[in-house]
Amino acid sequence: MPAYILRRLIQALLILLGVSIITFALLYLLPADPARQVAGRTASVEQVQRVREQLGLNLPIWQQYGRYLWHLLQGDLGRSYLQRSQVVDLVFPRLPATALLMVGSIFFELILGLTFGLIAALRRNSTLDQAIMAMTFVFVSMPAFLLGLLLLYFFAVYLGWFPIGGYGEFKHLILPSLSLGLLGAGWYAQQMRSSVIEVLRQDYVRTARAKGLSRARILVLHIVPNALLPIIAMIGLDIGYFMGGAVLVEAVYGWPGIGQLTWQAIQQLDIPIIMGVMLVVAFAVAMGSLLADLIAPFVDPRIKLR
Amino acid sequence: MKRLMMSVSLAAMLAVGIAAFQTAKADEPKQGGEMTVTFHDDIPTLDPAIGYDWKNWSMIKSLFDGLLDYKPGTTEIVPDLAESYTISPDGITYTFKLRHGVKFQNGRELKAADIKYSIERAVNPKTQSPGASYFGSIKGYDDVAGGKATELSGITTPDDYTVVVQLSHPDATMLHVFAINFAYAVPKEEVEKYGADFGHHPVGTGAFKLAEWTSGQKIVFARNKDYYHAGLPYLDKITFELGQDPVVALTRMQKGEIDIPGDGIPPAKFVEVTHDASLKDLIISADQLQTGYVTMNVNIKPFDNVLVRQAVNMAINKARIVKLINGRATVANQPLPPAMPGYEKDYQGYKYDVAKAKELMKQAGLADGFETDLYVMNTDPQPKIAQAIQADLKAIGIKANIKSLDQSLVIAAGGKKDGAPMIWSGGMAWIADFPDASNFYTAILGCGGAVDGGWNWAWYCNKALDDRADKANAITDPAKQAERNAEWGKIFEDVMKDAPWAPIFNEKAYVIHSKRIAGKDNSVFIDPIHIPVNYDVLFAKDAQ
Repeated sequence: MPAYILRRLIQALLILLGVSIITFALLYLLPADPARQVAGRTASVEQVQRVREQLGLNLPIWQQYGRYLWHLLQGDLGRSYLQRSQVVDLVFPRLPATALLMVGSIFFELILGLTFGLIAALRRNSTLDQAIMAMTFVFVSMPAFLLGLLLLYFFAVYLGWFPIGGYGEFKHLILPSLSLGLLGAGWYAQQMRSSVIEVLRQDYVRTARAKGLSRARILVLHIVPNALLPIIAMIGLDIGYFMGGAVLVEAVYGWPGIGQLTWQAIQQLDIPIIMGVMLVVAFAVAMGSLLADLIAPFVDPRIKLR
Repeated sequence: MKRLMMSVSLAAMLAVGIAAFQTAKADEPKQGGEMTVTFHDDIPTLDPAIGYDWKNWSMIKSLFDGLLDYKPGTTEIVPDLAESYTISPDGITYTFKLRHGVKFQNGRELKAADIKYSIERAVNPKTQSPGASYFGSIKGYDDVAGGKATELSGITTPDDYTVVVQLSHPDATMLHVFAINFAYAVPKEEVEKYGADFGHHPVGTGAFKLAEWTSGQKIVFARNKDYYHAGLPYLDKITFELGQDPVVALTRMQKGEIDIPGDGIPPAKFVEVTHDASLKDLIISADQLQTGYVTMNVNIKPFDNVLVRQAVNMAINKARIVKLINGRATVANQPLPPAMPGYEKDYQGYKYDVAKAKELMKQAGLADGFETDLYVMNTDPQPKIAQAIQADLKAIGIKANIKSLDQSLVIAAGGKKDGAPMIWSGGMAWIADFPDASNFYTAILGCGGAVDGGWNWAWYCNKALDDRADKANAITDPAKQAERNAEWGKIFEDVMKDAPWAPIFNEKAYVIHSKRIAGKDNSVFIDPIHIPVNYDVLFAKDAQ
């Protein structure tokens, strides 16, 4: 087990290295010139050149990357060009907000997704099943910001049940989590439905029925636990999936997480921030999938980690 | 940076007249109360030497002060940290007498050395100030800007309350420069204490001081009780909530949760809001010192031919474009906006005339038209406007392919000699930093801007006009300003003869606010200098 974890951690480091190289190369291939943005529109060509040298942007790209990596190893994610602040100071204070949003979203996607998936499977081919499946397709394919705006309008503006955006209290968390969670819930409902249908066909379910167990007991003891197995691995991957949605949902609700920061940084091409967020997110995704893999053997003893 | 919004003329402000908040002039508003302003984006920095976007520009003005300032709601220059000032007859020497007893928010008294230090800090390349070049006329600038010296030889402090500034040549814009954010006084000890993070720990002499800054969430300003303008500011506290979507912010304002949606009225809501009778009195609009224009790169064929450039000017139906953005602008015919001194009211420009445009194309030997690229920034409504221009150009045979890109990429293409044949400037358009006509020439139409990485995207360079511009800028005698402004008007008229730009429109600014906040008059909501809101002079009605 420790060897396995070590191997996975090394793999994660390699992934981070790869992510950093690719992002760095992509961002620096853009013909935009950060030095000009920093120097301002009234700056002379010489001034821009001085800024470029101060920022090290005049060096060849591999040297720039080398410097970046060297600082990275010392825990320094660089300095934002336009925010004039250490990237670490911009990203880390925002992590708790995004983590909270993730937790809320995972809660909603599981509760809603699994319930609807189970109902659809048990009422297979009924009108209810078809309605649920149609709804999940809508949620899966709907852009997160649109769903966010719709929920915001209906529950916060029209009904007035929740605050219109903001951060800090429990009531602020509900709508953003729901917006993001519903997207995932669509996936989970579909996954759960096919998973349950699969389990229903198994011999042990028929045996359980034959020995006279009640419907409810079969459901709780046999069907749900077995149907959940393939789903656990999915949760670990959700982090990466949610990050994409978080960028949009956080913008709609004014949620002060790293998604919002990313959105702003992309609009201003603030490369150090984009790099920093990419690395942090890549790390979180790698850890998420590692965690899911570590939990799997406890849920299903058939799985062994080697 | 490019979004810096400087706005408004006196005329426009007078035209604003909304009767809702006509408080009696005689009695001063009472101090007290608070308000909340929202912004979508983070506030990057509150360092006066660095902050250069339309959000932190006005916030910095409330935290810091300069030698000179403008009367609230106007473009009239008045002494501020300076009690008085004199200009030598040759326009070279400026002498400022400082107020006594002005205190920084850390308790220390402001002295002449602080003024000298603050300006030198802005020029010092280590500071990376986007406004450094505004001080280019001060003696010794080149040495400091070039990193050879840290002190400007042109600034001396004979005693603690006197600052003498020597210029290397007369410069008519200098008074504005002493009033610009980049010249604001900062205390050396605080700058050194926080280093590069001074922008997040600002200490000034201004009406408000920073009370709280939660990164990405909110910034709180509290009243500076030691502020040297007695009775100001009126509000006890201003909270800036960050990360708020503009549409959501507008709804929250209507529900009374916030007072000013800082990002204004979103385009998608504009028609709805402006037709809502209950909101009518809460919307204030005024002209800005802004012009949106299409540049034609004179290096790229066939735009080297003046006939083609004139034809483009006549082919674009500007009135229709203004309609397209819900009338949030007025049609332009010259580079200067109407609110700017020097604007030629009687100049007719190139009228919309498709037949004449076709005729010019024929004369240029291009009766069959040609194909070219039109660069545009990729955020709404800019691509829509570019499409309207594209359709107009098609009518005279020009097939313009739209290149819709991120702002920084369009700016990069414009700064290359053969980078972009045409650019629609929307979203990156030039907005003056202070109300002086030269602001619309030097960098964007003068030879100095027609360089690699410059802002003169038409690459237009007319040496004769550059000479005239220099001469106009040397007229520093206050009595001759009308003459100077008239000469600027003529310069821009001559620019238009060569037609390197097709000016399209001058955008208006809109501010909407809650019922409980008011100013003595509406001009302080769209202050020509504070852009948009002058926070120092707003008051809360529930505190009265």
